[in-house]
Amino acid sequence: MNNNDNKKGFEWTYAPAKESVEHIKLNETYGHFINGDFTSFDKKNSFTSINPATQEKLARISVAGKKEVNAAVRSALNGYQKYWSKISPKERGKYLFRIARMIQERARELSVIETLDGGKPIRESRDFDIPLAAHHFFYYAGWADKLEYILPNRKPKSLGVAAQIIPWNFPLLMAAWKIAPALATGNTVVLKPAETTSLSALKLAEIIRDADLPPGVVNIITGGGATGEQLCAHDDVNKIAFTGSTEIGKDIQKQIDGTSKKLSLELGGKAAHIIFDDAAINQAIEGIVNGIFFNQGHVCCAGSRLLVQENVLDEVIEKLQKRMQSLIVGDPLDKNTDIGAVNNESQLSKINFFLELAHKEGLEVFQTQNKNSSAGYFCAPTLISGVSQNSRLVQEEIFGPVLTVQSFRTTEEAIDKANNTPFGLSAGVWSEKTSRIFQVTSKLRAGVVWANTYNKFDPSSPFGGYKESGFGREGGVHGLISYLSI
Amino acid sequence: MYPDFKKNIPVDQAGVDERVARLAARSIKKNTKITGLKLALSMIDLTTLEGKDTPDNIEQLCRKALMPSAALPGLPTVAAVCVYPKHVRQAKKILLDSTVKVASVASGFPSGNTSRKVKLEEVKFAIDEGADEIDMVISRGEFLKGNYTFVFDEIAAIKHGCGKARLKVILETGELGNLDQVRRASDLAIAAGADFIKTSTGKVQPAATPAVTLVMLEAISDHFRKTGKMVGMKPAGGISTSKVALQYLVMVYETLGGEWMNNTWFRFGASSLANDIILQLLKEKTGTYHSANYISVD
Repeated sequence: MNNNDNKKGFEWTYAPAKESVEHIKLNETYGHFINGDFTSFDKKNSFTSINPATQEKLARISVAGKKEVNAAVRSALNGYQKYWSKISPKERGKYLFRIARMIQERARELSVIETLDGGKPIRESRDFDIPLAAHHFFYYAGWADKLEYILPNRKPKSLGVAAQIIPWNFPLLMAAWKIAPALATGNTVVLKPAETTSLSALKLAEIIRDADLPPGVVNIITGGGATGEQLCAHDDVNKIAFTGSTEIGKDIQKQIDGTSKKLSLELGGKAAHIIFDDAAINQAIEGIVNGIFFNQGHVCCAGSRLLVQENVLDEVIEKLQKRMQSLIVGDPLDKNTDIGAVNNESQLSKINFFLELAHKEGLEVFQTQNKNSSAGYFCAPTLISGVSQNSRLVQEEIFGPVLTVQSFRTTEEAIDKANNTPFGLSAGVWSEKTSRIFQVTSKLRAGVVWANTYNKFDPSSPFGGYKESGFGREGGVHGLISYLSI
Repeated sequence: MYPDFKKNIPVDQAGVDERVARLAARSIKKNTKITGLKLALSMIDLTTLEGKDTPDNIEQLCRKALMPSAALPGLPTVAAVCVYPKHVRQAKKILLDSTVKVASVASGFPSGNTSRKVKLEEVKFAIDEGADEIDMVISRGEFLKGNYTFVFDEIAAIKHGCGKARLKVILETGELGNLDQVRRASDLAIAAGADFIKTSTGKVQPAATPAVTLVMLEAISDHFRKTGKMVGMKPAGGISTSKVALQYLVMVYETLGGEWMNNTWFRFGASSLANDIILQLLKEKTGTYHSANYISVD
């Protein structure tokens, strides 16, 4: 018999299946998108955007200072007064539908840029980020002329100029989460993408320009923290929507104290992912993997604290470790890559700081063999067990592919441990027993609770946090209310 | 002693579908594809289970098993031919000096609705005729009724009757209703002594599906984790293209590991898959697709 039976087993290394980058057109330099057009590149105030998987330079990007921030806000105010507040809600909807379709048409290009600039696997940008971004525009396009139906007998009004600051973990998707509801509700926008991932937002600016949106309705300025601070401080800004770290969220809150600016914050998280002994364990393993290793763990709602019922702890850890070894860490452009590059150098240092801490605390650290030896920023999937509730690894957001495991015996213990955190963005529960699911989920202090799945998103479903994970909701009808005075 | 039949391992259908979709998204190219296709070919149980089978058909099937394509010398042979008991002797005669096994369906195939005595006699007949492997069907009626001890005893009795022949237990998953039942039947068959668990007879739709196969692979994996004993897997029916076969191999590789990636532990029950693999391998060799007329029917 043609039997290649041997105890070591057959090694089937997948040949590279790299997504082509030949069709991608990036400029060498970028200005800001203000009043319907790009400003010229500001060489003196600029930075380089790199590919985190290779450290290759992708483009030079301008930094907006006070002058540019003022110009952008003035443009947004002008766009609001002159055009966007004047045209009919139905027309607003049409523009949003147009942007949605154009995102779909350019999906492949946007996916590759997202992966080049941010390090996330092409599988995710292709199957998750870009389709969902288009979906958000489609969803809110439909709402534009139906705002009066949100709450009975109320006439909702737009706010004016919205300043929106987004993080680097889902660059285009977060831009869509912010821009689509703001425009549907009749506001105009100044958006600032994160420094390390400006390119897809600048591509979106091209789409918005090509969609013939009236000038000033969407403005996109690039830069770092100082730019964001100046933007939030501007007197003509009526609404601030920020997604990012809890620390900066608190700063913004202090900064705008005493003003009439409306604020929504979507901040950090440290989600408990609870596995009961009556769960479908094999599927729960997939849920755990999807919960923490999706997007290199750069997910604010990542299921980063695994809580497993004592009597299935060994089984779960053993199966999880086996599954982790089949995760392919490597070139984000390869279609078979499961875990791409960490988004930036400082984030990698932060993750490594926590890994060193785990070693110092004498915890059991299981890390798969990271086979990637390129010049980029990579971190292999990591599982830390034997960790207690008072460890910094359990209390603080690591924002990387690092999962801590704790056990619990009773349901009460699981709920107590799950809620014992300053955060409250999300949580997950696995049990085949429906009554248990309801009993537990109703007691978890988290904005989003998934049952028997994890990291599922839909534009119609509101998303947001409790406690230090922020306030205000994005998505669904709730996401409209954040941009209206009702 | 019987295993605890009341304790069922729950399966989440939505989670299984998601995992299957993710595994199917693996991009298998170049050398990986050629290696995979040759491996898949060597795992085929080339099957004909028709009332109208003739001695000529059987002869043709066996020749094909020995030499899948004259245009591609050096290809592996398939794993086995799978026929009714009546054709075993003829097949064995042709394949005697080769590594290709003769598998025979037995035990009242395909419905299994006959007495245990008759089933055991049929198995004995097939083995006396020279079968190396027996593909039995479980009594789905008894299983669905909840008469698990009956099904367990039947498998155990047939396993005993098989002697040295390897036993594949067909669950006929298309009749079991849901994935929890697939898992229960898999665990039951493994506990009763199955050497292989097999999805389908090919006579009932749906036959093998990736979701059902994944659940059965998980049963095998969990059994191996607990006991260290390997059990084989055979999806059968409906796998007719190279692309789908490669997706199954990815599933086996990433669920069970490299130890299962050979025809001792994994088989495809298929008839037309071999020709599609030959077509694809010819394309990889020559750069162009051949007309199906260049490949022998079987």
